[in-house]
Amino acid sequence: MVETLRAEVTVVGAGPAGIAAACRAAEAGRRVLLLDENPRAGGQIWRGADRRRGSAVARRWLARLADSSARLVDTTAVVDLLGDRVLLTERQGEALVVESERLVIASGARELFLPFPGWTLPNVLGVGGAQALLKSGASFRRRTVVIAGSGPLLLPVAAALAGAGARLPLVAEQAPHARVRRFALSCWRFPEKLLEAARYRAAFLSTALRTGVWAVAARGVEAVALTDGRRRRIEPCDFLLASYGLVPNLELPRLLGCAVAGERVTVDDLQLTTVDNVYCAGEPTGIGGLELALVEGEIAGLAAGGADREAAALIGRRRRLERFQAALNSAFAPRRELAERVEAETTICRCEDVVSRRLDPAGSLRQAKLATRVGMGPCQGRVCGPALVFLRGWESDRVRPPLRVSTLGVLASRKPQDGN
Amino acid sequence: MTRIPIVIDGQTVEAERGSTVAAVLLDTGIWGFRSSVQNEPRGPVCGMGICFECRVTIDGVHHRRACMELCRAGMEIETGG
Ligand SMILES: Cc1cc2nc3c(=O)[nH]c(=O)nc-3n(C[C@H](O)[C@H](O)[C@H](O)COP(=O)(O)OP(=O)(O)OC[C@H]3O[C@@H](n4cnc5c(N)ncnc54)[C@H](O)[C@@H]3O)c2cc1C
Ligand code: FES
Repeated sequence: MVETLRAEVTVVGAGPAGIAAACRAAEAGRRVLLLDENPRAGGQIWRGADRRRGSAVARRWLARLADSSARLVDTTAVVDLLGDRVLLTERQGEALVVESERLVIASGARELFLPFPGWTLPNVLGVGGAQALLKSGASFRRRTVVIAGSGPLLLPVAAALAGAGARLPLVAEQAPHARVRRFALSCWRFPEKLLEAARYRAAFLSTALRTGVWAVAARGVEAVALTDGRRRRIEPCDFLLASYGLVPNLELPRLLGCAVAGERVTVDDLQLTTVDNVYCAGEPTGIGGLELALVEGEIAGLAAGGADREAAALIGRRRRLERFQAALNSAFAPRRELAERVEAETTICRCEDVVSRRLDPAGSLRQAKLATRVGMGPCQGRVCGPALVFLRGWESDRVRPPLRVSTLGVLASRKPQDGN
Repeated sequence: MTRIPIVIDGQTVEAERGSTVAAVLLDTGIWGFRSSVQNEPRGPVCGMGICFECRVTIDGVHHRRACMELCRAGMEIETGG
């Protein structure tokens, strides 16, 4: 017998959006489950925080969650859908079925990784990836770290690494200076964001911060070659952090049948998707940062909890933050030169070691998969999929469950059950 | 901070409770966690369970993501698989 949990509202993803949704729905009197595949609540930004550790906002929300009646079901990944709002999950290799009246999907985002010669070397990490490892206990003390990526995430990560005692010779933003400047100027409406950026920058003032510079190749395990489009320079390092902003995790909403347009889940004013009783909040509805994730989560939780009036009262706050989101996404879009770094022998699919040249005969991701196994390894295309969208303009392929590599025992639960 | 013993490739090391296996491996100076299909050393990239580059063998179970596993006392980790 497979264990089954039931709830009125199930929230998938215990990042800021999911935590806000779970708190609000529970406070509205619903029986709430909050699922996450991580061992703790917090998502990406609050990884390693709890009611005593972390930023003031993190502590406040994590305490609110702990004090609420919402039940956190950790180390539990949603792998498939068994019926309307019936989720098959995996917990420590065992199947667990979760049935609920309403769902809130808060599956967050991951980083965009783009291939270049040397990006598979073991000391080349994501910018957020290094941040996650730091928050998980890794020490970068006295390591020389070059950051060459994109987007607002560069600042908190550089600040955190500097604080942890890493040596940071260079932080390079690929977006051109003019775009970054225009973005900063457009932020006058958001003084709190400018202040936050200034505070982060103050933590690594002795490091050069360059715009319009990107990594072209990582060499051996000791240096990176960068360019501003005209001149190359070599920078020695122990670690290179190279990633290019965030892409939403759309696999679960897609599996549930939610409409997705322009790489974001379509939602109405109350965060309801195109599927009845399924809400979505946070990064899957468009990359927008912490505050937007929180307010979307609150709206979704209230609406799923039946408190539509209270949910509607928060729409104005969300609209204001959406303006910031729009400015952000156009400022840090990856430049085309990043695609030109790829050589014939550059690895594209890290799971199956498929190099660029082997993809040339294919015209679509589907064809390429059949011919080369690109995107068919354990990451299921989560790394190379968005890269191929950028490099070759190929559309993302249909989602095929299971969403996570699962044990046979769990997969057996997917077969239609006979009898009851 | 409480420290707990874990075994990495046959060597006992002290890990901080609450750290992930990936964090401890990096601090031990191990960057290549696994060997790729073409036998290249690979290590963690995303730090959040997405890329599967940090796979190691834990207590005999293959393909565990080191970034998603908290250290437990006596845990046995093998890299390079
Ligand atoms: C690696 C990384 C590091 C970041 N670091 C910072 C930072 O330092 N500062 C900053 O301002 N912003 C940071 N960000 C951006 C930050 O994530 C967002 O601004 C915001 O916090 C997103 O909140 P969210 O709740 O939408 O998503 P997330 O915080 O991403 O939470 C989503 C949660 O859903 C879970 N999940 C997804 N799919 C499933 C599934 N199938 N089954 C079970 N659980 C699932 C995930 O495990 C995750 O915990 C980082 C982003 C990334 C990717
Ligand atoms: S580092 Fe990507 S899955 Fe662990």
